Amino acid sequence: MVLIYIDHSEKEIKKSSHEAISYGAAIAKQLGCSAEALLLGTVNDDLTALGKLGASKVHQLNNESLNNFDAKVHASLIATAATNLNAEVIVFAHNINGKAIAPAVAVKLDAGIVTGACSLPDLQNGFEVTKTVFSGKAFAHIKIETPKKVIAINQNSFGIQNFEASATVVEMTLPIPAASVKVTNVNKIIGEIPLTEANLVVSGGRGLKGPENWGILLDLAKALGAATACSRPVSDSDWRPHHEHVGQTGIQIAPNLYIAIGISGAIQHLAGVNRSKTIVVINKDPEAPFFKAADYGVVGDAFEVVPALTAAISKMKHNE
Amino acid sequence: MNILVCISKTPDTTAKIAFTEGNTKFDENGVQWIINPYDEWYSLVRAIEIKEKDPTTNIHLITVGGPEAEPIIRKALALGGDEAIRVNSNSNDSYVIAQQIAAIAKQGSYDLIMTGKETIDYNSACIGSMLSAILDLPYVSLANHLEVNGNTASVQREIEGGEETNEVILPMIISCQKGMAEQRIPNMRGIMAARTKPLKVVEPLATNAHTSIKEFSLPPSKTGVKLIAPDQMDELVKLLKEEAKVI
Ligand SMILES: Cc1cc2nc3c(=O)[nH]c(=O)nc-3n(C[C@H](O)[C@H](O)[C@H](O)COP(=O)(O)OP(=O)(O)OC[C@H]3O[C@@H](n4cnc5c(N)ncnc54)[C@H](O)[C@@H]3O)c2cc1C
Repeated sequence: MVLIYIDHSEKEIKKSSHEAISYGAAIAKQLGCSAEALLLGTVNDDLTALGKLGASKVHQLNNESLNNFDAKVHASLIATAATNLNAEVIVFAHNINGKAIAPAVAVKLDAGIVTGACSLPDLQNGFEVTKTVFSGKAFAHIKIETPKKVIAINQNSFGIQNFEASATVVEMTLPIPAASVKVTNVNKIIGEIPLTEANLVVSGGRGLKGPENWGILLDLAKALGAATACSRPVSDSDWRPHHEHVGQTGIQIAPNLYIAIGISGAIQHLAGVNRSKTIVVINKDPEAPFFKAADYGVVGDAFEVVPALTAAISKMKHNE
Repeated sequence: MNILVCISKTPDTTAKIAFTEGNTKFDENGVQWIINPYDEWYSLVRAIEIKEKDPTTNIHLITVGGPEAEPIIRKALALGGDEAIRVNSNSNDSYVIAQQIAAIAKQGSYDLIMTGKETIDYNSACIGSMLSAILDLPYVSLANHLEVNGNTASVQREIEGGEETNEVILPMIISCQKGMAEQRIPNMRGIMAARTKPLKVVEPLATNAHTSIKEFSLPPSKTGVKLIAPDQMDELVKLLKEEAKVI
């Protein structure tokens, strides 16, 4: 059986977990077994609808206290559930919480793990999974040598499937270990799209000259419904908050569309964004290295091009 | 307070990524080695800041690697570690590495074990989480702020679209990222002192790897950029909608 861990926050299942279910269901199909999901805590989502993504069952540990994430407690419960349910493969989203617990679960199950996976396993010579390495500059094909396997799938690398099916919800009871962390404060920027979950990202660099000029970028992001990001010098100079810094030493993202405005395209910047499906570069310097990594490019002054692009997007949306 | 800082050696961020021996090994030819930036800028520097506030703090460094890792360990000592341990193993299996670190951690009484959020070569983000399972300790990952007060740590970690503060009783494991501290350059006094700081080499525990790298490959390169004139933004929108199908 393939067991997929469902991550959630504020009573809502994360998009990356939807993708993980679809990915786990595809592995189950390869192995000829069932794909079942595991939920710790409570959500507002309709759990039977997870059948559409490919889960035949949803095992739920229905306990409000688990809505607070505690890596030690969660890893221990997942490992126990996986053992009780006899799971062969355990799938996580390689997202913030997945990174905190998937490796611990692997240790507890004596399972080999591949994090940052971006392919279905190749079963020809055992169980081989491809992962991104060198911050997206290369791939490694890794063989998992143990009977049990843990895989954490990169966000936005597999996609979401749609089946005509519904899942059965099964309540599970397990003793809950004592909490090891106490959540004392949560500070969420309401209404903003989290960068790691965003399909569309608009990003600005030093070419925008100063924080006072960010309005044109925010307008474009708003017109598109995109999240915003920036280059390292921009966050280092406090023009934008740290959590927007993408690149080798910031956040690595792989949206469907990345629009880079006034960013030169240094190798360390590219390392964080080169897995984006489509890259648009707006830069006044035709020699900017970013154009080599781009799908579409506009050589021009951002202060003219960006408002024009925003107007064109709004026009398109208006005509839809 | 005793802190164990995990240090990994990685290729410089501008290193050419190429492979040899039938694409089974990273080509180290001409590569400059650095301390993994997350280990250095955030985890190690935060440990040093804690020591600056409380000079009774001991900072031990650990690296799992061959003798070629010694220059980066000396640099970490120059920045401010007190002593270092190198486990003489070249494994690239996260489980084997975590077992080596755990074995050393068990011999000391560490209040805090710190890692970077991931290494910039394998990007696995596994060691902290694995250590928490092996040592049965609380773990907070992707932390961007840490304050220690007696036996309690207040740790701020990243969550989707924001931050969350966790209170944890020590000992604990923490993985660090941007926001935690600022990059520092070692000074001459530090570099001189590092030469005589203890660097102990120990042989690895026998542990079976759970994974093996069969091959590396490079992504297909982009086919070339399509340039759109600055006054043709309707055209760009059309391409994004109809050709790229991303909006
Ligand atoms: C170890 C290490 C790690 C690093 N990690 C990261 C990282 O994670 N992320 C990251 O981003 N960087 C990182 N860097 C820094 C990186 O090397 C670059 O310095 C940085 O990405 C440059 O940022 P930028 O493109 O915003 O600025 P610049 O390189 O200054 O580029 C500005 C660009 O704006 C263009 N421009 C100027 N005016 C206009 C205008 N009016 N209209 C349109 N275009 C205009 C210019 O032509 C230029 O191409 C790292 C560096 C090191 C050494």
